[in-house]
Amino acid sequence: MVNLIQYLFAGLTMGVIYALTGVGFNLIYNATGVINFAQGEFVMVGAMLLYTFQEVLHIPSPIALVLVVIGGIIVGLVFEHTVVKPLMPMGVITVIIGTIGASVVLRGGAMLIWGKDALAVSPLLSERPIFLFGAALNTQVLVVMAITALAVLFLWYFFSHTIVGRAIQACAMNPLAALLAGIPMEEMMALSFLLSGSLSALAGGLIAPITLAEYDMGTMLALKGFCAAIIGGLGNNPGAFVGGLLLGVMEGLSAGYLSSGYKDALAFLVLILILLWRPEGLISRGRGERV
Amino acid sequence: MKRDYLLLLTLTVTILLLPPLLPGDYYVEVLLFAGINVLVALGLSLLTGYAGQISLGHAGFYGMGAYISGALTAHLGWPVPLAAITALLATAFVAALVGWPTLRLKGHYLAMATLGLGIILYILFVQLRGITGGASGLSGIRPVHLGDLYFDTPRRYCYLVWSIVVLAFLFSINLVHSRTGMALRALHYSEVAASTLGIDVAMYKLKVFVLSAVFAALGGILYAHYITFISPETFGFMYSVDLVVMIVLGGMHSIWGALLGGTFLSLLPEALHRLEDLEVMVHGLILLLVLIFLPKGFVGLIEKVGEKIHGAP
Repeated sequence: MVNLIQYLFAGLTMGVIYALTGVGFNLIYNATGVINFAQGEFVMVGAMLLYTFQEVLHIPSPIALVLVVIGGIIVGLVFEHTVVKPLMPMGVITVIIGTIGASVVLRGGAMLIWGKDALAVSPLLSERPIFLFGAALNTQVLVVMAITALAVLFLWYFFSHTIVGRAIQACAMNPLAALLAGIPMEEMMALSFLLSGSLSALAGGLIAPITLAEYDMGTMLALKGFCAAIIGGLGNNPGAFVGGLLLGVMEGLSAGYLSSGYKDALAFLVLILILLWRPEGLISRGRGERV
Repeated sequence: MKRDYLLLLTLTVTILLLPPLLPGDYYVEVLLFAGINVLVALGLSLLTGYAGQISLGHAGFYGMGAYISGALTAHLGWPVPLAAITALLATAFVAALVGWPTLRLKGHYLAMATLGLGIILYILFVQLRGITGGASGLSGIRPVHLGDLYFDTPRRYCYLVWSIVVLAFLFSINLVHSRTGMALRALHYSEVAASTLGIDVAMYKLKVFVLSAVFAALGGILYAHYITFISPETFGFMYSVDLVVMIVLGGMHSIWGALLGGTFLSLLPEALHRLEDLEVMVHGLILLLVLIFLPKGFVGLIEKVGEKIHGAP
């Protein structure tokens, strides 16, 4: 029982990170139709920035986390301006290859700046674990949950109650109609990258104290975030959340009860099975585009 | 098409004459490895140029070829041709398994699925210690021979590799100009239009993907039986990215792009020895800059220069 709680919480914590990454994928996919291969590197940059702000510059943790989010915004916007916008006229496949190039540049750059070793980042609250139903929990787990809940609340309010959020959604649903309605598409696209970059950097900042910060942590996170997005149906944000949590819990349980070696293979297996069986995702209706 | 055969003839003659002219075995070896890269890149360029899809798992297929063929000869003493064919079939099977669910869908699910596959295969190369030797590598892979003719010098093996490259180009030229090739180009322009003409879009894409995986595996087999010792890091994610850099650099719209890009990127480390850690980033930057400033790669550049000289095409 104690073990079960421990595995569940470990799974949920990672699941929340996958969910944030998955939403990051969705935001860019909805705005451009592009699967962004640098999404994992956005997360990595967030983790690295937190290390620099908190451990090197000794800025208090909450402020450091805010700075990380701002860093993510900058990365997202620069990425949109230098990679996506110039390549967009040449077609989706070219942009996708561009994001692959950008991911390699970001990873290589991070390796030069922060080195090859995994960096330890201290948790936001205390180092001492707390006990819940007899299970020892890292306090960071609670921090991750709480801040993610806030982010979700913000996203929900933004997309359903503000005119800008609804305009972004309109662009995703029908770009032509949105343009006719006078929505400035270019700005909405930049805004999507801004949101995507900030959410992913936040995810990186939150997870760094649990998994350590490493220059090549992005690839695996991207794969799992993408898997979360696919489980929920690509482009569907609530779906990505459920998908992320589901994947995280599955991983947590299989790592606990089966073998941690299989953990990373699980996401890939789930990805293939979902694409085979329900490409439109488990949660959304319709939208699955078959040729 | 005539032009393609002419280019192939030029390539064949160049390759026949080049090795004796090179100053030493080291350079012959560089040429040999360039040939392997060109072969793998050629497969990827068929996938990207003609099916409009991108794969980030080709290093995995390359590794499958190398490890399966290598392990069968090293552990079980199989003859090389039999081991190689087994490796090709196994790779084709795995590619079909991943391609089938992802290529039925519109969009670019294949890229992410192959990224995942590449990572899983890499994990397997490291973890299946009994077969692959794990991180310390697999040794004792048998060299290639035809009867009494052993391909054991760099020069002989270089000729072997490039003969296969030339054959692969011959095959690809014919494929591109065949019904299949035309169907593929049609679906590259408009999948909807292609499917209304009765082209089974998903099936064609799957065939090209499997073919390109087989090319990659063939490259891996050639690599393994020359080096006779392989370890996982050769088959990591970075090689998949390098392959993408090769085809973009050469020009994605033409199979000759694979030749130019593959050769260029193989020679680049020779010119930039001191880069080491910077190399990864330099490759990424090359990819981005070429995409932005030279979207049709070297081949596009040559075509442009040709047009300037000869007037309109």
